[in-house]
Amino acid sequence: MSDETSVGAVDVTYRGIFQKNLAGVITKELVKAARREDKVGGTVQRYGDSPERNGIPAKQFAVIADDMDSLRVEMTKYEPENVVVVCVMDDTLTKGVESWAWYGVRPINVNLAPGGTLLVVSHRSPEELLHWIPRRTYDWTLAILPGEPSFGGLWVYNDDGTDYRTMGAVSRVTGGLISLDSLIAQAGSAKNPDLRAAQLREGYESVQMHPIAAGVGAQDTYVPVEMPDWTQMREGLVVPAVEVGKNNTLFMKYTTRTTRPLVKFDTCVKCQICYTVCPDECFIPTPEGHYDVNYEHCCGCGICAQSCPVSGCIEMVDESVFESNEPLHKVFESDPAAYEDLRAEKVAQAGGANPHYGIY
Amino acid sequence: MTTTQETAPAPEREEIITGCDAVAQALRLLDVDVLAGYPIRPYDSVMTAVSKMIADGQMDAEFIVAESEHSQFEIGKHASLVGARAFIGSSGVGWMYGMEALVVTASLRLPVVALVGNRALDDPGAFGVEHNDAMMVRDTGWLLYWVESAQEALDTTLLAYRVAEDKRVMLPCALSMDGAFLTHSQHMVRVPVADTVSAFVPPYELGDRRFHPDNPVSIAPQFNEDWVMEARRQSDAGMRRARAVIAEATADFHRVFGRGPADPFVDSYRMEDAEYVLMGMGTVGMVGKVAVDRMRAAGKKVGFLRVKWFRPFPQPELRALLRGVKGVGVVDRDYSFGSNSHGGVLYTEVAAALYPEPRRPVLVPFIAGLGGREVSVDNLLEMEETVERATADGVADLTCQWIGVRGPDSDPRDVAATAEGGVR
Repeated sequence: MSDETSVGAVDVTYRGIFQKNLAGVITKELVKAARREDKVGGTVQRYGDSPERNGIPAKQFAVIADDMDSLRVEMTKYEPENVVVVCVMDDTLTKGVESWAWYGVRPINVNLAPGGTLLVVSHRSPEELLHWIPRRTYDWTLAILPGEPSFGGLWVYNDDGTDYRTMGAVSRVTGGLISLDSLIAQAGSAKNPDLRAAQLREGYESVQMHPIAAGVGAQDTYVPVEMPDWTQMREGLVVPAVEVGKNNTLFMKYTTRTTRPLVKFDTCVKCQICYTVCPDECFIPTPEGHYDVNYEHCCGCGICAQSCPVSGCIEMVDESVFESNEPLHKVFESDPAAYEDLRAEKVAQAGGANPHYGIY
Repeated sequence: MTTTQETAPAPEREEIITGCDAVAQALRLLDVDVLAGYPIRPYDSVMTAVSKMIADGQMDAEFIVAESEHSQFEIGKHASLVGARAFIGSSGVGWMYGMEALVVTASLRLPVVALVGNRALDDPGAFGVEHNDAMMVRDTGWLLYWVESAQEALDTTLLAYRVAEDKRVMLPCALSMDGAFLTHSQHMVRVPVADTVSAFVPPYELGDRRFHPDNPVSIAPQFNEDWVMEARRQSDAGMRRARAVIAEATADFHRVFGRGPADPFVDSYRMEDAEYVLMGMGTVGMVGKVAVDRMRAAGKKVGFLRVKWFRPFPQPELRALLRGVKGVGVVDRDYSFGSNSHGGVLYTEVAAALYPEPRRPVLVPFIAGLGGREVSVDNLLEMEETVERATADGVADLTCQWIGVRGPDSDPRDVAATAEGGVR
C-alpha cells in the first residue's frame, strides 16, 4: 500500500468454476487477517464474470483499507482501484483476460498499479511468462510462486495449500499489506493451523521476485472497446451480425483455454466430426479436406478430441508451451515432416497430451 | 369539434358492435399480418371476432393461438421483428403471465399493439374491471391508452399503430378497455373503409432493424453495465418524442376521417369555468359526464377530465386545465396499496404532475369500481361533494376514500387508524 492512499486491492484472477473456491478463500482470508491489523476490508467478485463458465477468466478482489470511507468507495466499483498485486492462479492466464462482457481481451496486468506485482503460480521462467505479458509504461514486479495451477472439479475446493501459499506470497511481495504474522494468527482459527502456517511460510519464502522495467514485455495491442453514446447506438438493441465464415472479433474466447487441440493431420480421415461438433465453429476446412484450428476462437473445451474417431489424431496439449494463436496447418502444407517434428516437440514439452481433458 | 377538411368526409357505415368487435374491425382495416391469441375473459371476444372474419374471408392474416400468454406475446414480438404488423392481447393475470415477453417487446422497440380487456387480478378469480393489469407495464416503455367507448376503441386502434410504428417512436402500445362495460357492451360505431385507413396508417417499415437473411443483424446480445443505460435512454427518447407524434397523428386523423377528438391526450368535459373537477380513466367517463350535467343543471361549476393517454402522461394538459380549479377528485379504478395517501395509481401521477404548479388545487383520492363494481352517477355526486367539503375545510392531504365498498370508512376495531384520524 502506498503512502498516498489508504486503500489497496488484491486482484485474484482465476479460472472460472475450477478455481472459484480458491479465489474465495484467498480474498476472504486476506480481509480477515487485515482486521487483526485494525484495517477494514471486503471482497468484490467481478460481476461481469458471473455466472461463471468452466475455465473462463474471472476475478475476485480483496480490498484492504485504513478507514471505512475509503472502503465504501471501492466496494461500489466493479473493479477496485489501486491494485497492488494481481494473483494469477494459472499461468496460461497470462495470455489475457476476456470475461463474457464486451471488453475484448484485456492484458493480465491492465489494472496493475505502478510499482505493483504480478504474482503468477507457475513452474515457468520469467522469460517464458513475459512472452504473453504486455509491457507497461512503469516499472513493476513479476513474482513467481512455484506451483501447479490448482484446479478443483466443478465448484470443488482443491485443498492443496495453493491458497495459503499464495497468501504468504502476497504478504511478501506487497511488503506487508498484510503481515505474515497476521496471516498465521488468522490461520489459527483454521482446522489445521500448523499446516496452514507452514504453507503461509512456504509461500512467503519460495516466491521469487523479478523487477520488470517499463517497456519490457510483449507488445501491448490492447485497445479498449469503443463505447458509442446513446444517439450513436442503433436502436432496438441491434448490432451487426457476424458474417458467415467469420468470427466475432469482440468475443474470441481463447483466454479460457488451458489446453489446445493439436491435430496430427497425416492421420486425419476427413470425417468432419470435429467441424460439426465444435461449439465455437473453430475448425476451418482446408482444400484437401483437413480441418485447421482457429486458435483465437477455440476455448479449449476438448469436445473435438473426445469426438475424433482416430486415436491420437486430435490431442489436448498444455497451452503454455505455445507461443501464439497462429493456425498450424500451413506448416503441415509446406512440410509434413517438419510439422510432425513440431507437433511431437510440443507434446513432449508439455509432458504429453492431457488424457483426461474434456471429460464431461 | 370542427376542423378544416382537406378531403371530403370518408364514407363510413354504422354498426352496433362491442368494444372488442370495434378493435377487431380496426385490425381488419389495418390489414394486420399476425394475430397471436390466448383466451381469457374479457379480452378474448376480440379473438372470436377476428377468427370469424378470417374464416369468412374478410381478413387475410396469420392467427396463431398459442399455448400461453408468454408464448402469445413472444409470437407477436418476433412477428414484429421480421416486419409483420402484429397484434396481441389479454386480461388480468393473463397479461401478468406474459410480463417478461411484454417487457422485452418494449426494450426491443417493437411496435406491437395490444388490447388489454381490463380485469381484476387474481385472487379472487373475478372477471370485472380493474386497471391494475395494464398498469403493470407503465414504467417499461409501453404507450398506454384507456378508451371510453367502442368508437374510441376503433379509432384509437388506428392511432395506436400509426403512433407506435412511427420511426420517431417505435414503442409498443397497449389499449385498455374496461372489462364488461366496454368489452361486452355494444355501441353504435362508424366503421371507415380500408382505403381511408391505409391513407392514415402507412405500411409498417422496420428499416435496417428488420430481422431477415438479407439484413444480417444480431438482436439483443448480452449487454453489461457499459451499454444498458444508453439503451434505456433511447427508449426514453422515443417516449419523449411520442407526444408530438400523437398530436400530429390526431390532427391527421381529423384530416382523413373528418372527425376525431378535440384533444389528443385528455377528454375534457365542461371544463371551461370549472371550479371543481372529477377525473378518471375508461368508462367512468360516461357516468362522469352525466354527473357533471346534473351538477351543472343545479348551478355548480363542475367539469370532468378523462385521461386518455396514460403513457406518455399528459402533464402539460393537466397543468393547464387544472390551473385555477379549486378542488379535484381523482377516481382510481385501481389500487396501489401503501402509496401516497393510500390512493390509486392515477392519483399519485396527477399529484406529481401538478407539483410544479405554484398554486395547486386540493386533490382528493378516491378508489371506486374495483373488481367490476358499478360506479354510479350518485357515487360521483358524492365524491364531488367530498371534494367541495375538503376544499372548504382547507384539508391539504386527505386519506383516500373507498366509494361503494360495504362497511365504514375505517375499521372501528383498529385503534391505530382511529388515532391517526382515519378517514371521514
